[in-house]
Amino acid sequence: MHRLTLAQIARGLAAKDFSAVELSEALLARIGQFDPQLNSFITVTADQARAQAQAADARRAAGENGALLGAPIAHKDLFCTQGVRTSCASKILDNFVSPYDATVVEKLAAAGCVSLGKLNMDEFAMGSANESSHYGPVRNPWNTECVPGGSSGGSAAAVAARLIPAATGSDTGGSIRQPAALTNLTGIKPTYGRVSRWGMIAYASSLDQGGPLARTAEDCALLLGAMAGFDPKDSTCVDQPVDDYLAALNRPLNGLRIGLPREYFGAGLDPRLSDAVMACVEVLKKLGATVREIGLPNMQHAIPAYYVIAPAEASSNLSRFDGVRFGYRCESPVNLEDLYKRSRGEGFGAEVKRRIMVGTYALSAGYYDAYYLKAQKIRRLIRSDFIGAFQEVDVILGPTTPNPAWKLGEKSSDPIAAYLEDIYTITANLAGIPGLSMPAGFVDGLPVGVQLLAPYFQEGRLLNVAHQYQQATDWHQRAPEGF
Amino acid sequence: MALERSDVEKIAHLARLGLDDAELPRTTETLNDILGLIDRMQAVDTHGIEPLAHPLEATQRLRPDEVTESNRRDAYQAIAPAVENGLYLVPKVIE
Repeated sequence: MHRLTLAQIARGLAAKDFSAVELSEALLARIGQFDPQLNSFITVTADQARAQAQAADARRAAGENGALLGAPIAHKDLFCTQGVRTSCASKILDNFVSPYDATVVEKLAAAGCVSLGKLNMDEFAMGSANESSHYGPVRNPWNTECVPGGSSGGSAAAVAARLIPAATGSDTGGSIRQPAALTNLTGIKPTYGRVSRWGMIAYASSLDQGGPLARTAEDCALLLGAMAGFDPKDSTCVDQPVDDYLAALNRPLNGLRIGLPREYFGAGLDPRLSDAVMACVEVLKKLGATVREIGLPNMQHAIPAYYVIAPAEASSNLSRFDGVRFGYRCESPVNLEDLYKRSRGEGFGAEVKRRIMVGTYALSAGYYDAYYLKAQKIRRLIRSDFIGAFQEVDVILGPTTPNPAWKLGEKSSDPIAAYLEDIYTITANLAGIPGLSMPAGFVDGLPVGVQLLAPYFQEGRLLNVAHQYQQATDWHQRAPEGF
Repeated sequence: MALERSDVEKIAHLARLGLDDAELPRTTETLNDILGLIDRMQAVDTHGIEPLAHPLEATQRLRPDEVTESNRRDAYQAIAPAVENGLYLVPKVIE
């Protein structure tokens, strides 16, 4: 049963081949058996899952037939879950039991999803390797010596190892797409404002966006359809109808115009990944697409701009963790300042502290124009590049990452080396456009991801291209050995 | 312009982050590496370019001024480090 996709699960539940309770029990057993090797879960909510599965079976018996009714999933541990610890993989929230549900959690529960637990991640979603978690690193099921990517590394490892068919994630600079690429999954970061951020613990509010990771584009379409939509509780959520993503999947690719940015294929890209990407392009051409080279000249400035904007917003967002109203408080503070400083100093890990300090510096008196304002101007240049490119092409295609998964510890002592791994993904966050990563081959037994980018609100187009590619290839069906 | 140890102490104070003295040299070095990366921005010509704060250039939506949330003080205080009589406790601020 663990090999089934969400779409297959929906058919199996409808045909009464198995019940939601049987399915959840089977997956809980797999989590117990295999997760000690991966560390993908921070919290397993077995009792709650059983209750939700029973409720889903009862709803189905009463005549309901929603596609996600009884579908097992798990949430990245930055989505608040009422009555369940929501740690953000940080010591500072180790004891935080959320008093409310995130909108995404509420919407998926209403659709009948059964949540099996909370998934490991980089602390406060800051990282590309899932090595900064307070609960220890996550391992890649394709090679347990390697990282699964980050920050949604627990989501990626759990789905890739068939512990769950799909998971929620969040993407501020690539945190859905990069781990999807490194673990042979399909993951989509929607347009900024498409999915509510309410109850999703904030990292960088003008960049953060929730989305699904799954094994197929079809499953991403199913989940995104349930996650997306207007939410009055998120003031940046967009009030615009949600497309029928499932209906979009079957559109033929005849006449699809694909742009290959020359900047994506320059120095820094592993040539073996370049070959895999070009092989993917050949398949899409056979399906009717046309291909041309395009330019995104400001891409090279994206990493410096991102590492101003994201830390600046983080330094502001994370000021709420002060040891007063919730979360970790240091022992025996001598005064209020000592309480703040030691609670935060002891509660946050090294990478989080680094980013808070970079952001604090960038926003401090006298530096605001040189850093934050400058970065926001570059942000507009990057967005203008995309708007210009989408006059000529329908989607932009390239590698999701410059390299396949690397060994645990290899880049953990050099933050800059890890930052550079985000080069292909962060432009979509800065511009706010949707992006998807899909499986496109292997290098030395490690998965390669291809990234697709589209204009605002064209998530349906991305899922369509990925689905058509997945009808013509079987990379996405490959499973890691030993799980 | 490289940060000195005293600059890092000042930034940590502004961010209310307690740092061990032992962490300071390494933190100073890493922050200088990151600022070196960030400073590549200064070579970009942004003359006449407006800053972009929101990708869709949306403005903040307003809602009617109505009470929409119930009082959940007990639930929120149940997860606080220290409370008494409905108040959050912190060390004495005024002697």
